[in-house]
Amino acid sequence: MSPKGSQRIAAKERKEKRGGRASSRAAKMIFTAKRNLTLDKRMRSASKPDREDAIPPRYPTRRRSGIKLPRWRPGPWLLLVPALGAIGAVSVYPVLLGLWLSFRNTTLASPDDAFIGVSNYLQLFSDGQFWNAWSHTVEFTGASTLLETVIGLGMALLLTERFLGRGIVRAAMLIPWAIPTVVTSKMFGWLFDGQHGLVNYLARSIGLIHTNINWYGSPEFALPTIVMADVWKTTPFMALLLLAGLQTIPRSLTEAASIDGANPWQQFWLVRFPLLTPSLLIAAMFRALDAFRIFDLVYVLTGGGPADSTEVLSTLTYKNLFSALQFGYGSALSTVMFLTEIVIAIGFGIFLLKRFREVKV
Amino acid sequence: MSVSYPLAKPRRMARPRVRISRPLIYLGAILIVLWSVGPFLWQFSTSLQLDRDLIGDRPKLLPIPICFDHFVSIFVAKSFHRYIFNSLVVAGTSTVLCLLIGAVAAYALARLDIRGRFGILGFALAVSMFPQIAVVAPLYVLASNLGWLDTYRVLILVYLALGLPFVIWVLFGHFRTIPTTLDEAARIDGASPLTIFFRIIVPIALPGIVTTGLLSFIAAWNEFMFALAFTSDIERQTVPVGIANFTDLHYVPWGDIAAASVVVTFPLVALVLIFQRNIISGITGGAVKE
Repeated sequence: MSPKGSQRIAAKERKEKRGGRASSRAAKMIFTAKRNLTLDKRMRSASKPDREDAIPPRYPTRRRSGIKLPRWRPGPWLLLVPALGAIGAVSVYPVLLGLWLSFRNTTLASPDDAFIGVSNYLQLFSDGQFWNAWSHTVEFTGASTLLETVIGLGMALLLTERFLGRGIVRAAMLIPWAIPTVVTSKMFGWLFDGQHGLVNYLARSIGLIHTNINWYGSPEFALPTIVMADVWKTTPFMALLLLAGLQTIPRSLTEAASIDGANPWQQFWLVRFPLLTPSLLIAAMFRALDAFRIFDLVYVLTGGGPADSTEVLSTLTYKNLFSALQFGYGSALSTVMFLTEIVIAIGFGIFLLKRFREVKV
Repeated sequence: MSVSYPLAKPRRMARPRVRISRPLIYLGAILIVLWSVGPFLWQFSTSLQLDRDLIGDRPKLLPIPICFDHFVSIFVAKSFHRYIFNSLVVAGTSTVLCLLIGAVAAYALARLDIRGRFGILGFALAVSMFPQIAVVAPLYVLASNLGWLDTYRVLILVYLALGLPFVIWVLFGHFRTIPTTLDEAARIDGASPLTIFFRIIVPIALPGIVTTGLLSFIAAWNEFMFALAFTSDIERQTVPVGIANFTDLHYVPWGDIAAASVVVTFPLVALVLIFQRNIISGITGGAVKE
């Protein structure tokens, strides 16, 4: 399960080689890869460059060819101005404005607009609705990320095999991703309809259930239904990401393992999985960050109901903003969400860094 | 390198075929296809069925008899073309702007002498991970102060900014694959960076730029929350808001919803299937190269 697995296989190869047996191409490749790694490390510790210098050969530097190239006066920064301006105006400035609003009691319904310190946040932490939405959001994020990663990995592994019609399968997998989320919600609303839904009908006809289940109309099934809709929409996309990750792993490594007698199960856990972990973690992180801010599915399918059983942070914030018009309190809510996202990102980041270090040492 | 294999034929050994058995692979492939297209096919079938068949005891998988009532209804009674027009204006304009601004920025980051380019790229990535709900309230306040609510321009600007990080990242990757000797030759000939960009880089990277544009168009076409918050007038509402509001007082018009879903999704599905190879490399390219 750890990178040690692949090292163990490499060590085995080495022993065989010393024993005078035929060396395999794969073993050599592992050697080369390892040597490059150590060389790379040595080089890095020697000159301690920042990331900037890590890729210079591909970029035109003025000195490189010895010819003095004409320099463009206004400077390349000018080309970044429109993009950074737009991002700044629509993302950075509003976030700061939101932070400022979260310390005020601004509402659009009354002329109230004064600085009230942290009382919005204090109110928030004693607000049952907030904690209710918080736990649903965490449950949703955990469940959907886990299911999508696991099922997506399964799909990706299947697609690494060569078979007739693989291109068609891959193309079909893009369809759920391209469908607007609002349409997905309505689609699942109809599929899981309590009275005439196809899912109820099919489940009844194969004897899974005896009476219709009111899927998203009952507090106990509503959140799982939303998770299912999200898993449907996002898993194929996840699978395509993981497939791309799997395809960067040289085939020769699994081949070497199978020559050594590793069964497919061992090939996966000892060779491919450790090498895939970084891609897997990155994909899962983006998925978790995205799942945490879920809005469309819930808002359209259940609106947070029944009995607040599917209320998530985004829908609660939206209601506070645009139904109750509590812009101060709503901004405090969204600021807390924002901070949580940062925590999630840092958490994954640390985990990932540790992983990278483990692999390199 | 040449390696001598004393025992077996080398080719045979290099391709071991001990994997999952064939029938299982095909079963899995069929399941994936069913998973991906099944719900949409059911929606398609629903859109062509009579209302009384939809609420019958046994759902009919195939629409027999076929009726186009729902399609007529969404255009005649619910003026769905209005939403489609709005969506086309908003998503189209923001995509064009996004490509123009984003490509120039990506070019500067990928090929010009900019200090801290990874800082800027990291910043763009971080911005794209913002919970969008965190900016909707302040932007609403700003837009209402400017009198921009219920306008195309507010949505265009928002979608432009939401799409930019993605466009910059993907095009940055594309532009880096073009050999820099081309730039150097042009520079020696006295071309300015902008000339190089429009005359050399854009023509070479055009396929990638088109795909990126398609992806950001899909994202803008599908966006819901900002459209919901910033428009209350049907004259400016986009397709997702229109579909979300498709509810009658006493019952849910599933047939009409299905018809509308088919109308807005069919072009997307067709585009995606046509460009699938480029799209897959576009969306996965940035993800696995760290």
